[in-house]
Amino acid sequence: MSTTTFAQALNRALRDSLTDDPDVVVLGEDVGTLGGVFRITDGLTRDFGEERCFDTPLAEAGIAGFAVGMAMQGFRPVIEMQFDAFGFPAFEQVVSHIAKMRNRTRGRLTLPLVIRVPYAGGIGGVEHHCDSSEGYYAHTPGLHVVTPGTPADAYSLLREAIASPDPVVFMEPKVLYWSKAELDLPATTAPIGTAEVRREGSDVTLLTYGPQLPTALKAAEVAAAEEDWDVEVVDLRSIVPFDDETVMASVRKTGRCVVLAEAQGFAGVAGEVAARVSERCFHSLAAPVLRVSGLDIPYPPPKLEHSHLPGVDRVLDTIGRLQWDDEPDLTYAGGPGDRAEAR
Amino acid sequence: MTDVQHLLPCPEPVRFMDEAGTLVPGGPGELATERGYALPSDDDLLAVWRAMVLGRRFDSQATALTKQGRLAVYPSSRGQDACQVAPVLTLAEQDWFFPTYRDSMALVARGIDPVEVLTLLRGDWHCGYDPVATRTAPQCTPLATQSVHAAGAAYGMKRRGNGGVALCYIGDGATSEGDFHEALNFAAVFEAPAVFLVQNNGYAISVPLSKQSKAPALSYKGVGYGIRSEQVDGNDPAAVLAVTRAAMEHARAGDGPFLIEAHTYRLEAHTNADDATRYRTKEEVAQWQGRDPIVRLQRYLLDRGALDQARVDEVTAEGEALAADLRARMNLEPEVRPSELFEHVYSTPTPQLREQAHMVAAEEAQVMHG
Repeated sequence: MSTTTFAQALNRALRDSLTDDPDVVVLGEDVGTLGGVFRITDGLTRDFGEERCFDTPLAEAGIAGFAVGMAMQGFRPVIEMQFDAFGFPAFEQVVSHIAKMRNRTRGRLTLPLVIRVPYAGGIGGVEHHCDSSEGYYAHTPGLHVVTPGTPADAYSLLREAIASPDPVVFMEPKVLYWSKAELDLPATTAPIGTAEVRREGSDVTLLTYGPQLPTALKAAEVAAAEEDWDVEVVDLRSIVPFDDETVMASVRKTGRCVVLAEAQGFAGVAGEVAARVSERCFHSLAAPVLRVSGLDIPYPPPKLEHSHLPGVDRVLDTIGRLQWDDEPDLTYAGGPGDRAEAR
Repeated sequence: MTDVQHLLPCPEPVRFMDEAGTLVPGGPGELATERGYALPSDDDLLAVWRAMVLGRRFDSQATALTKQGRLAVYPSSRGQDACQVAPVLTLAEQDWFFPTYRDSMALVARGIDPVEVLTLLRGDWHCGYDPVATRTAPQCTPLATQSVHAAGAAYGMKRRGNGGVALCYIGDGATSEGDFHEALNFAAVFEAPAVFLVQNNGYAISVPLSKQSKAPALSYKGVGYGIRSEQVDGNDPAAVLAVTRAAMEHARAGDGPFLIEAHTYRLEAHTNADDATRYRTKEEVAQWQGRDPIVRLQRYLLDRGALDQARVDEVTAEGEALAADLRARMNLEPEVRPSELFEHVYSTPTPQLREQAHMVAAEEAQVMHG
């Protein structure tokens, strides 16, 4: 066992994929000589040559569209969007072509490519560097949307994404790049489309993914120590496909559920997950499914991001509102604008 | 001083023959000749002429089918016949073609079954032909997006070392899209064997070129990317063939991408749903009808004795047979299966799609038995 960071695990996954399959190519802005702004592609050009890992002009739609063309010629491009919000110029290529090509052509033309998106905040980044963009992709049929939360998953899921016959949007939580694990690589974890129970518990299911996994685990620890709540933490890992089975089994067992996601909550992934749980587990639920998400605001400036990011306290507070005492939830009743007060 | 002269297009569109099918005195000009644009042989021009006659018959049949309600919509390329067929005939076995939604005639010239060409517009699926088997990308509706694919595919072929070239069609309006610029830039930087052909028909639906661009000509846009560029009379089939052929050879030889602007005109409205009288005059249309590429080439070939009336009748009959076959097959109601909606989204449907497939299947069963 050796100590491996999330970033190193990703780098190793790219290396092993480049070694195993001569059709794999890595391209994007600064992925060559520099090794990526987060060093995820560190040394790939040096070790595999310009043909296998190369810099492109600074144009994200161009990168995505160019990868489509290369995939048409049998390559397996892995493209980097550098930062979440920098991926938006490529949106048309992703939505209108990458996601749809297989369907448009009745499966005759497939695009086995991976779009790596360093995403979400918690790193003190300035605007346009911290967006949670997974919801846009998850709302687009034809894409797989995967987001690892551990170094082992970072390695295994990326290997699987590159080998997949379908396009995969691979969402890398920037805040986890420097997280570590004792790990021997190569490692194989559960496949894309499966959620994992990261901590077993009996009182409440905390569903989360990506950048908020450490928050969830920490909240579970504190809940056990201070509140005597036994929290089960489920890491979704894959937003599309979604593992209803693991999620629902956990909620049916615990009878309570909180969905934790860093993205702004309105019309997002957390809302979809909460709806699915409510539709499928209604008779097992002792309380409504609650969400803890980012605020419905543009990502805040660094000095204010602590108010935006769901922290342990907000998670515990929400768990506390799961009608443990069968009383209605009036925590925030009577505030300014409350209807009762207005009357 | 930076030498850009070799990248710039000829000051006037390259042209071999006038509207009457008479060779222009002095040929296409010194620069064009220097660049190797040679008048094609009679045999090559006969092939272009035949493909245009068949293509136009296909086009008019598709327009008729739309009026009968057999197609949801049809964007005609009547008048652009030379641009539609001549470049496609220069494609070699391994080359890839990237068409837009207006390029149905080009797809027929490419040898794709006309019914498969019209699948998109009939509405029983999106792309009717096999893009891999035909090395032809699905007809592209989002403007200019296919040009970046062409750049990537061209680079892919270069990497494969198979000598293939990507030929990409694009319209004048789409040259305003960012993807067009990104495509030219990527193709140039990676020295990709790609040929971009802009069919400048003067209008993006209703918006005239004067409101689209202040470039001296759209072909001048290549120079900023370091791309060899040319402009051609798009209604002169000989010029379109000669310039495209030179461009394809340039790309195939490893000399990088090539941009062609073909000045042409769409005689029909944008689609059957459009009313072109709102934005252009009868006089203008009549003027362009007088520049018909088929009439022009036919006269040239007849005058030279390369073509006779018997052959004209033969190919006309061939066109009628194509149209009759198309009518017969398009008049059959296509079979659609709601279950297919779920089959191609992913290589393996997600559990969520399987659930919805079951729901739709149950609804179908109820309709059939209920």
